[in-house]
Amino acid sequence: MAVVEDKAIPPGELKATDRFGMTSKRAAGADERLASTGKLTQWLRRPEAGAAGGLLATIIIFALLPGAANLYSLQGSMTFLTLSAELGIVATAAALLIIAGEFDLSVGSMVGFAGVVIGLTVKYWGLPLWGGIACAFAVAILTGYLNGLIVVKTRLPSFIVTLATLYILRGLSIGITRAVTGRTQIPYILEGAPDPATAGIFNGHLLTSLFRWMGAQGWIATRSDGIPFVAGIPMSIVWWLGLTALAGYVLTQTKYGNWIFATGGDLIAARNVGVPVDRVKISLFVYTACAATLLATIQVMEAGSADTTRGLLKEFEAIIAAVIGGVLLTGGYGTVYGVLFGALIFGLVQMGIFYTGIDTDWFKVFLGIVILMAVLVNNYIRLKALGRGGGK
Amino acid sequence: MTEPAQMTEPAMELRGVSVNFGSVRALQDIDIKVYPGEVHCLLGDNGAGKSTLIKVLSGVYRPSKGEILVDGKPVTFRSPRDAQELGVATVFQDLGMISLMSITRNFFLGREPTKSSLPFSRIDKERANTIARQAMADIGIDVRDPTQAVGTLSGGERQSVAIARAVHFGARVLILDEPTSALGVHQAAMVLKFIIEARMRGLAVIFISHNIHHAYPVGDTFTLLNRGRNRGTYAKSEISRDEVISIMSGGEDLKAVEAEIAGLLAQIGNRPPAAP
Repeated sequence: MAVVEDKAIPPGELKATDRFGMTSKRAAGADERLASTGKLTQWLRRPEAGAAGGLLATIIIFALLPGAANLYSLQGSMTFLTLSAELGIVATAAALLIIAGEFDLSVGSMVGFAGVVIGLTVKYWGLPLWGGIACAFAVAILTGYLNGLIVVKTRLPSFIVTLATLYILRGLSIGITRAVTGRTQIPYILEGAPDPATAGIFNGHLLTSLFRWMGAQGWIATRSDGIPFVAGIPMSIVWWLGLTALAGYVLTQTKYGNWIFATGGDLIAARNVGVPVDRVKISLFVYTACAATLLATIQVMEAGSADTTRGLLKEFEAIIAAVIGGVLLTGGYGTVYGVLFGALIFGLVQMGIFYTGIDTDWFKVFLGIVILMAVLVNNYIRLKALGRGGGK
Repeated sequence: MTEPAQMTEPAMELRGVSVNFGSVRALQDIDIKVYPGEVHCLLGDNGAGKSTLIKVLSGVYRPSKGEILVDGKPVTFRSPRDAQELGVATVFQDLGMISLMSITRNFFLGREPTKSSLPFSRIDKERANTIARQAMADIGIDVRDPTQAVGTLSGGERQSVAIARAVHFGARVLILDEPTSALGVHQAAMVLKFIIEARMRGLAVIFISHNIHHAYPVGDTFTLLNRGRNRGTYAKSEISRDEVISIMSGGEDLKAVEAEIAGLLAQIGNRPPAAP
């Protein structure tokens, strides 16, 4: 009907009843060329759909392989969840930054450097643990701020700027640690610290009484003294899920999240409508550095030591998890829930290969294939989201 | 070269504006007055200085010389945002739309309505969707689903979202940069109707184009640019479509080219085309 009416009005002629003779093609409710999309199609168009499918496939594959019972036992699950959590904490931050159109390759070095800062300040300056951790976060904020400032002021690719930071931080970690201690490791950090309880925020467990009760009921395996092998939910997992939920909320529900998408989607358009794109980018560089520092703190508190080589290649693993999770490398698109799945795939494969007895040398081959598949699926999903072959 | 006889004050005015890029004089001594409820067409061939002029009007460039006045008061735009705050909204050729984001998110980008004033308070999505849909309906386009990605819209629909956005956020001067150049016949007609709609609402519309066939039907006033200079401002009653074309292209030049082509064709006409 609408189309017919539309044609009946000669161009330029105004009719009082019909606003300026204008009847949109869609005015009658539906464009007849538009095929209806089912619930399934709509769900498949979500950016995390590929990662969710990949995770499901990975879970099934390892369930069919020998060693599945151990991998999916409570203990095995906690192990791969912890691995996923440690990656997920930095990958979520990296994902937000990638959505905003930038990379941070200094994440891994930041993990090492933050650990060294905690180690040296606690062990050699005699600061309490919270003081050392605060120093590490202060260094992280400064590093992230400088990374961001250089990127937005010089407009150089963040890939290069943060590659420089990667080397500078790693070099500083090794140089300073060796100059002060004569070694590249700082052991026994927790010993003699005035506030050992602080460590519990990062290396403790949640729901310990519930797990003990389950142990007493004989539902979960316990050691000879009645304490379950899995004391509770490790704090790293709690941090990971908490930060993912927070990042998900900020990204999808707030003004700032809208700006992150816009900054990565089209920088000039975003700036023209008044989005403070520079502030968005700098704040996200600060967040990635802080996420790396949180991971460093968790590792230092768990191991009781700092090591200058910690976090090696974490920057790439973080980017991989983000990409598997459906984040578009060119920016402007993605979700943090997908990254959650990406990190889970990563942890599951790493532990799965260990439990199934497959030579761990093959882990990297598998990883490479997963990355390639993820990118192909993402590309397909993005085109689906736009509903056609057109790009930007 | 007369000014339209209007009693009201111009909504926006340029006085003696020049823009130099190094030794290149992109614009020289441009005077333009745009009145509320008027469609003012800026016409010119490629290289006439249209793009530079838009960037001056929208706050992207600052003029090397001259003044910009909004409602009779001299202003300085440091950014497009400054211009928008004074009610001067520009719909750029690339539309400033982010194709992977939804219509609503694009519509409210930079001015998201939130449920409270806390730093990380929620965007009021329901209200945003309703307002976006209503603003689009007001200008005559019905969006079925304001949460669909802008990338799924056609060129004309995107243009209309951009115009609806500018109108909704209180633009009094609407600058449209080649809004019809990439569109098909139907969609171009749609956009031209939006321009009339905006004019009826009392907006001053600056319509930049090199397509006289789109500009002439909706324009009230025509300013012709050629090689960075204003070649005159005319009311529609004073100038015909053909005269506009002639001035736009530098008049005499075109006649010379036509004569040359005619001569060439006459020469070729005597000989059969070369065998392949």
